[in-house]
Amino acid sequence: MGSFMGSLGEAAGLIMALDADLLEIIGLSLRVTLTAVAAACLIGLPLGAVVGALRFPGRSLAGLVLNALMGLPPVVVGLMVYMMLSATGPLGVLGLLYTPTAMIIAQTILVTPIVAALTRQVVEDLHTDYAEQFASLEVRPFDRVVALLWDARLSLLTVALAGFGRAVAEVGAVIIVGGNINHVTRVMTTTIALETSKGNLEFALALGVVLLVIALVVNGAVMTFRASAARMTYA
Amino acid sequence: MATSRRTAGAVRRLAVLAAAVFGLSAPTVAADEYIVVQSTTSAEHSGLFDAILPAFREQTGIEVRVVAVGTGQAIKNAANGDGDVLLVHDRLAEDKFVADGHGVSRADVMYNDFVVVGPLGDPAGVASMADVLAAFRKIADSGAPFASRGDDSGTHKAELRLWREAGIDAAAASGGWYRETGAGMGSTLNTAIGLGAYVMADRATWVSFGNKRDYRVMVEGDPRLFNQYGIILVNADRHPNVKARLGETFVNWVLSTEGQAAIASYRVDGRQVFFPNATKRP
Amino acid sequence: MLETEINVGAPAAAWREAAPPEALLQARGLCFEGGGKRLIDGIDIDIRAGRRTIVMGANGTGKSLLLRLLHGLIRPTKGEVLWRGRPLDRRGRHAQAMVFQRPVMLRRSVLANLRFALAVRGFTGSERSVREAEAMERARLEGLATRPARVLSAGEQQRLAVARALACAPRVLFLDEPTASLDPVSTHAVEQLIREAHADGVTIVLATHDAGQARRLGDDLIFMHAGRVAETGCASHVLNTPRSEAARAWLEGRLYLDSSS
Repeated sequence: MGSFMGSLGEAAGLIMALDADLLEIIGLSLRVTLTAVAAACLIGLPLGAVVGALRFPGRSLAGLVLNALMGLPPVVVGLMVYMMLSATGPLGVLGLLYTPTAMIIAQTILVTPIVAALTRQVVEDLHTDYAEQFASLEVRPFDRVVALLWDARLSLLTVALAGFGRAVAEVGAVIIVGGNINHVTRVMTTTIALETSKGNLEFALALGVVLLVIALVVNGAVMTFRASAARMTYA
Repeated sequence: MATSRRTAGAVRRLAVLAAAVFGLSAPTVAADEYIVVQSTTSAEHSGLFDAILPAFREQTGIEVRVVAVGTGQAIKNAANGDGDVLLVHDRLAEDKFVADGHGVSRADVMYNDFVVVGPLGDPAGVASMADVLAAFRKIADSGAPFASRGDDSGTHKAELRLWREAGIDAAAASGGWYRETGAGMGSTLNTAIGLGAYVMADRATWVSFGNKRDYRVMVEGDPRLFNQYGIILVNADRHPNVKARLGETFVNWVLSTEGQAAIASYRVDGRQVFFPNATKRP
Repeated sequence: MLETEINVGAPAAAWREAAPPEALLQARGLCFEGGGKRLIDGIDIDIRAGRRTIVMGANGTGKSLLLRLLHGLIRPTKGEVLWRGRPLDRRGRHAQAMVFQRPVMLRRSVLANLRFALAVRGFTGSERSVREAEAMERARLEGLATRPARVLSAGEQQRLAVARALACAPRVLFLDEPTASLDPVSTHAVEQLIREAHADGVTIVLATHDAGQARRLGDDLIFMHAGRVAETGCASHVLNTPRSEAARAWLEGRLYLDSSS
């Protein structure tokens, strides 16, 4: 318990001091994770909406696969991306291994199924509501997907946050494809893993508290935005 | 005054954060001239690279990016061409790496030694033993828990050799008193300390480890605990993306009088943890 | 060609004057099965252009199903729906609109709800703006344009739903118990909208179990029982002198359990 309280104190100290190294690590964490979440939304939102709103052969199988892929272990994703980007892998020539870009790719693969699967659920529920009106108006499939995504936008913010949570907290994928190289690919989670294995448990836990604070700030910002947007447009 | 200084500091911090988020900071656009060194957690976690690399960079302008994993993993990564230089500690695997054509040649860099650490209570009664094989037999006979890396690392392979020489089939006891963590040195130390288990570690990691609790070095000084590190330039003929010229510059510097002196002068808590012993001089 | 002209809102007088009114929609041997039961069982009816046809009957007799079949929302198991003598196709469906008992409001502003429907039906630019303004006025929702549609009262929502349906200039408007969950004042407002639409020449098909409403709005009446047509005729006639036992029992407030099979 003593060391836990010590960690909290140390975390407060870290946040107060915010030295350049820590800022760089926090900044890279945010950059990698936010970019990955944005990319995952770009792919996952339309994908989930299509599976949620349209009828086509293999639709329920697609939903099942999306749900199953939510459980992809980060380490497995890391390995897959490593094998793709390795010098002997098919994309080795790009020279992306051990760069932030590799980490973004891995996290995008990790987060896209979450965004798509949750979007599918949100859109399907909303579509149940809209289906007869859409059928009566004969809304074309493309317009249906766009309309459902737009009308579900505030719920989908929460979906994006779920993706953010998964990405910002994972270490298994980024440590394999990023290599946890100091000043290049070291992010919050890999630093925590490193400090833990150095036996600096209090410091590692303090970093964990800092990470939690970052997640709180991001979530708080999004939820505040969501609440004010909801008052404006929604009921 | 104080307020304005604090504000200025906050502004500067925000700028650094923004730069890092948007990828504008120096590290991520980085000098074109960098190499990737596949190395072991023991060398990285002990802080050795942080201590010696700035001098190298200042002299040559080459940035060294260290990927710190177990020796087995490091060798596999390098065999995939994902690294320019390999710095590890498993002589047999290193020689095989070169023989298979993945490496140009191997050179001794430095050594330290392994130690067997255990809880103050010393349930197997191995404290201060100088014969590691006898100590291993005692641990096995007492049934006291022993934590093994179990991850194909240099330390793991060295430990397995010692069990073999002691005539004990540790694998048979796996899950019993013999616990394979399948993790890095630091994680294994954390686990061992949680279990109250004996564990073999390289001295550098042990000395710099921050969570020792009541653990002490129990066995040390046996010549069998000698731990040699080697350095290998990855073969550019085999892996065309390898930066042979930059990699060779780094290898030569590590083996040079200056590089060796840098290693020798590195201290953890005032103690030397790596002993340079390069024989090949560039 | 004629249809196109009428669709863009030409005064409906053109077809109202044509006497006798043609059968705009016809059901021929219409059957629908669901859950192993025959829910619509061999219906043959004509919906005459420019008339207000009431579909009446107890809960679960298939009023809503019949409307959905005629509107093409669901496919009949057997039989067919004819639009001006030919099988109902996309073109025919474009000349129809439907209002549901529980209005389906998009999670958008009042105006955006109108705009969506108009955009889907291909109205653009100034024509769309004109129609939006007309619909806002018709629904008496001026001043609420930017309000989220789902915070409107139930009555306001249903007015918006009717105005939205009418904005697309349908020849037929289906209404499935549009006032079933509204108070008398809101009911009156919706009925007024229906009268105005009819006056503009829109053919009305209204499902209701409110005999008063049927009297107020009906020209023709189809009385349904257990998935079949029990009786058809002039609305006032059927309501005043029902011939079928089902209609008589219903109007007298008796429970009629004859399965009529």
